Amino acid sequence: MPEMTGAEAYVKALEIEGVEYIFGVTGAAIMPICDELLKSNIRYVGGAHEQGSAHMADGYARASGRVGVVQATSGPGATNIVTGMATAQLDSSPVVAFTGQVPKGMVGTDAFQEVDIIGVTASVTKHNIQVMEAAEVPHAVKAAFYIASTGRRGAVLVDLPKDVQTDKAEMVFPEKVEFRGYHPNIEPSPNEIHWAATLLAKARRPVIIAGGGVIASGASQELVSLAEMIQAPVAHSLMGKGSMPSDHPLSLGLCGMHGRYEANKIVPEADVLLIVGARLSDRTTGSIDGFAPNARIIHIDLDRSEIDKNVDSITRVVGDAKLALRGIMEKIALQKINGNRDETIIKKIEEFRAQTSELRSDSPLPGPEVIRAIRRAMPRDSIAVTDVGQHQMWAAQHYDVYGPGTFFTSGGLGTMGWGTPAAIGAKAARGDLPVLNISGDGSFAMTENNLAIAVDEGFPITIVILNNHMLGMVAQWQRLFYDHRYSAVNRPIHPDFAKLAESYGAEGVYVDSIQGLEAALRRAVGSDYTTVIDVPIDPEENVYPMVPPGMGLKDILLGDD
Amino acid sequence: MTEMTLQVVSFLVENKPGVLFKVSNLFRRRGYNIQGITVGTIEGTGLSRMTVTVEADSRVLNQILEQLDKMVEVVKVKRLDPIRAVSRELLLVKLRTADPMARQEVLGYINAYHGLILDVEPDILIAEVTGAPEEIDEFLRDIRPIGVEEMSRTGATALERGTMKLA
Repeated sequence: MPEMTGAEAYVKALEIEGVEYIFGVTGAAIMPICDELLKSNIRYVGGAHEQGSAHMADGYARASGRVGVVQATSGPGATNIVTGMATAQLDSSPVVAFTGQVPKGMVGTDAFQEVDIIGVTASVTKHNIQVMEAAEVPHAVKAAFYIASTGRRGAVLVDLPKDVQTDKAEMVFPEKVEFRGYHPNIEPSPNEIHWAATLLAKARRPVIIAGGGVIASGASQELVSLAEMIQAPVAHSLMGKGSMPSDHPLSLGLCGMHGRYEANKIVPEADVLLIVGARLSDRTTGSIDGFAPNARIIHIDLDRSEIDKNVDSITRVVGDAKLALRGIMEKIALQKINGNRDETIIKKIEEFRAQTSELRSDSPLPGPEVIRAIRRAMPRDSIAVTDVGQHQMWAAQHYDVYGPGTFFTSGGLGTMGWGTPAAIGAKAARGDLPVLNISGDGSFAMTENNLAIAVDEGFPITIVILNNHMLGMVAQWQRLFYDHRYSAVNRPIHPDFAKLAESYGAEGVYVDSIQGLEAALRRAVGSDYTTVIDVPIDPEENVYPMVPPGMGLKDILLGDD
Repeated sequence: MTEMTLQVVSFLVENKPGVLFKVSNLFRRRGYNIQGITVGTIEGTGLSRMTVTVEADSRVLNQILEQLDKMVEVVKVKRLDPIRAVSRELLLVKLRTADPMARQEVLGYINAYHGLILDVEPDILIAEVTGAPEEIDEFLRDIRPIGVEEMSRTGATALERGTMKLA
């Protein structure tokens, strides 16, 4: 057994996991590791602020399907990644964070830059561990990657006191780790599969809602096949965008608060509703009473605690979505599909779809048109991420996607400022594809310092800012629900984002027409430099359709009146 | 379905630093209302058994079981059916006994509940009573008018009857 320091063991353990990138910011309590990384081929991408580094790791994880790694020092470095961990955890993105800590003997004394990061992150991680002996480092690293990347994936944090990094020990690198209380691989039960298949085969008006679990399990093909087999329209949650191509005839698009008209009109009509890998948050269901009042609900999820949490199901399938959907299709193939199918909802998809796409606006550059122009200018094969707010909802509604793994957004936590660093992480994972962040002025300003990383570290991305000098979504709520009283939503007209971009060494462009936007975007994605495109939009424009909070999906509003 | 009742949840956890914190943190953040919690190690296993008494309806109870089960450190979790389980709690109580009448009465109740007297001083004594939580409630109801100076209850610990076991 080789004797080595905790830091040496850490780097070796990461190499064993096949880590390509570490995103992070250095600092006193993580210096032994940073020094050791100089000897490794792992690329250490220094960040401007740890939050950005955490989002980079998250973007990398989502675009690569592998674990993203963020590293920070103790104290403020560690607290700065908390938002990133919560974002990854809520969207089931496999991110592992390593934080430096004050030396063991000083833990608990409020030493300089000490924070109880285990206590702080217990609620926003899948698991966390503090390593108290150098010899435990290899096991802790293996465990963190194993837990983050298996079962329902999520965020894991490992806290490493400084002397654990410098102490020497005989190191054993385990091939695998096991926990008595963690058994992530769940085979769907044949019985559950049978009931689900029988209900679907007998349904008159089956409808499917696909969530992020479909993408996580790589079950998009199975989803499409099942939908075609039983002729069920498919809506998706925000995290499920990409699970079915937007141009598929059975695709209903986004369902929920800002769902498309066809989705919100058709989901409540279901007599059997199949939920695949979605946790049915309030933003997806609207009021529970109006969600699917006449439907018998079948819920497929890898995480049993999500079933019957918000919406009661009549039957469940616990396990991996891909295996579950395959099993269901095999069973349905042996049965007769209901001959007495009600085709009216299928026939209405086209009509309802047109109502979403043809929503009228008086704005000179309406949000939906900006999004559709962006889509036209982006290559079919490319990655789009978003920030959070009105632009995000317009993108969720109108940015067509043709496959899984091409659209990422902060769905659960709704983290403004996620987009730019996540785009950098996605570019690190998929250097072969153009990566775009669809952003807003409020979101972009929260993490704009990451432009320096994009430029200096060579991760060229494109950012389109839908700029209304407003926190637009909050302003929309203030117009609709607070009698137009604007409170703390007006943003300064500074900075000039194009000039700001130039000061970071990126290209900055201001465009105020659809044609100008398309041309600028085509130039940007065809180039090898980072570009920020600033597009003025109407501060008064609302995102429609909209289901007001507390209302049912059918109470969908198409406009201001 | 929505009726709130007292439920006893028994579970085995890895005996490691911070596990009690994570369990109680889970209850806090999900808004589950703990009435009592007891913890003890199980020798030679590396495990501890926790017994939580919690007020919950069936949906919340189901969530408690599933959310606990999701924790990496939680090895096994089960709701104990009150009919299929024995549940005991220990009470230490300090009683005023300066008045000879009160002293007689106190001794009578301690005797009736099969309690023990652990410490005696001129005007005060400390008694121990164990029993099902409802019995402890009854004992306290009886004795409170006489003069309870101070008390400490452990919360319930419980085991399932018969051959069934958690581990």
